[in-house]
Amino acid sequence: MKKLLTLSLLGLAVAATSAQARDDDQIRIAVDVPYEPMEFRTPDGELTGFDIDLGNAMCAEMKVECEWVVQGWDGIIPGLMARKYDAIMSSMTINDRRRDKVLFSEPYFTPPSAWFAPSTSDLDDATEDSLDGMTIGVQRGTLQDNYVTDMYGNVADVNRYSTADDMVLDMESERLDIVFLDYPVGQSTLLESENRDYKVVGEMLTEPKKYFGDGFGMGFRKRDQDLADKFNQALKTLKDNGTYDDIEARYFDKP
Amino acid sequence: MQALLDQLDALLANNSIFTLQTLSFYGDGLVTTVQLVFMSLIIGLILAIPLAIGRSSKNGLIKWPIFLYTYVFRGTPLLVQLYLIYYGVVFVEGIQESWLWPVVKDPFVPALVAFTLNTAAYTTEIFRGAIKATPKGEIEAARAYGMSPALTLRRIVLPSAFRRALPAYGNEVIFMLHASAIASVVTLMDLTGAARFVYARFYAPFDAFLFVAAIYLCLTFSILYLFRFLEKRLLAHLQPMT
Repeated sequence: MKKLLTLSLLGLAVAATSAQARDDDQIRIAVDVPYEPMEFRTPDGELTGFDIDLGNAMCAEMKVECEWVVQGWDGIIPGLMARKYDAIMSSMTINDRRRDKVLFSEPYFTPPSAWFAPSTSDLDDATEDSLDGMTIGVQRGTLQDNYVTDMYGNVADVNRYSTADDMVLDMESERLDIVFLDYPVGQSTLLESENRDYKVVGEMLTEPKKYFGDGFGMGFRKRDQDLADKFNQALKTLKDNGTYDDIEARYFDKP
Repeated sequence: MQALLDQLDALLANNSIFTLQTLSFYGDGLVTTVQLVFMSLIIGLILAIPLAIGRSSKNGLIKWPIFLYTYVFRGTPLLVQLYLIYYGVVFVEGIQESWLWPVVKDPFVPALVAFTLNTAAYTTEIFRGAIKATPKGEIEAARAYGMSPALTLRRIVLPSAFRRALPAYGNEVIFMLHASAIASVVTLMDLTGAARFVYARFYAPFDAFLFVAAIYLCLTFSILYLFRFLEKRLLAHLQPMT
């Protein structure tokens, strides 16, 4: 009798877990807040941000119900392994070390880098010709440093700074002709500066990947290739039908 | 020359950090460091001699301003002085429009000014001590020969003071070389700046900094050797007879 009870309970448990694993109607996605503007809470406590809006749009596209699970950053990959949720969407940069543990979706966002110059500057494009003899500011050891050193190190002077603040100071004192920065950093330090007016020069850059990285991806358990494929498909649809651009415009003011 | 470069290239083919590109960074850094240190030492030395004489003067109007200068520059960190001069100069009203701007726009001249003023302050005090330590008898003898104070200074006091100051000044030269490692905080690509670049690029702190430490050691040894040679020549009269 006892044996039968144990067996049936076990059977019930197995049925329950397998049902949960198969249940694609409800997908739980982990996110670590706050990380503005990617994910944060509004004053009345609601989750919002680029990741949240894009994630919800993908779920709507896939016609599944998604639930957001708030999870601290250091436990976010272990929590995925422990099946506390089915996916991670929390500005996670794709890299090889994480690839060992996690199956990544296609990158859904790459933070762009941009050239900034005083608005009085004659520069309107960043090319080898226009940067010839200029002094370019970068933050030491950043991907922007590597890019500028390799592309323009021969024609221009590259000044490397330990902090963005030092660089902004030298920009304001006209020591630098142009700087190359993460666009959001440049936006908050230069474009919104009260001391002088700045402009973005040329195109924002996210390519080539060798310098600018793989961008942010959603993370899944390795066995959930199907789920990852569905999200990739949804992302592609959203990019094609313009929803992606709408969401992007909501959080990043492009020049 | 091309054959030599090809050989070097072949030698470096098996590692990813010390490529021709990074070695040229180190090479340029060596040139910058040596230029910066030796130019500031030479200008500092030229400034320090009259300052040391003034500092030993009995006239308070000459003595105290020089004391104030050496006190300030020996009493504050070189890094702070460098920051003040490099970032402070841009707040001078109208500097961007003046003829000075092309000179101070580049980090080299502000760094040179900071290092020169710093080493001049230390060298002044080294020489002042040496001047003060001149044996009274030598000065009295010169007076007895009828030499004027200026002639006494030139013929008696300064030559023996330089000799006495030599070992201490040798230390100052080495300190200056090592202190120049902070020049990279104002974007100057000196030896340390090159090492920091390689470190940040390849995440290889040991390779980058051990290599640069070896270069600094070589420089220090050449300075030591030069001063030992000078001391042997100039302080020969103080050596024990063999």
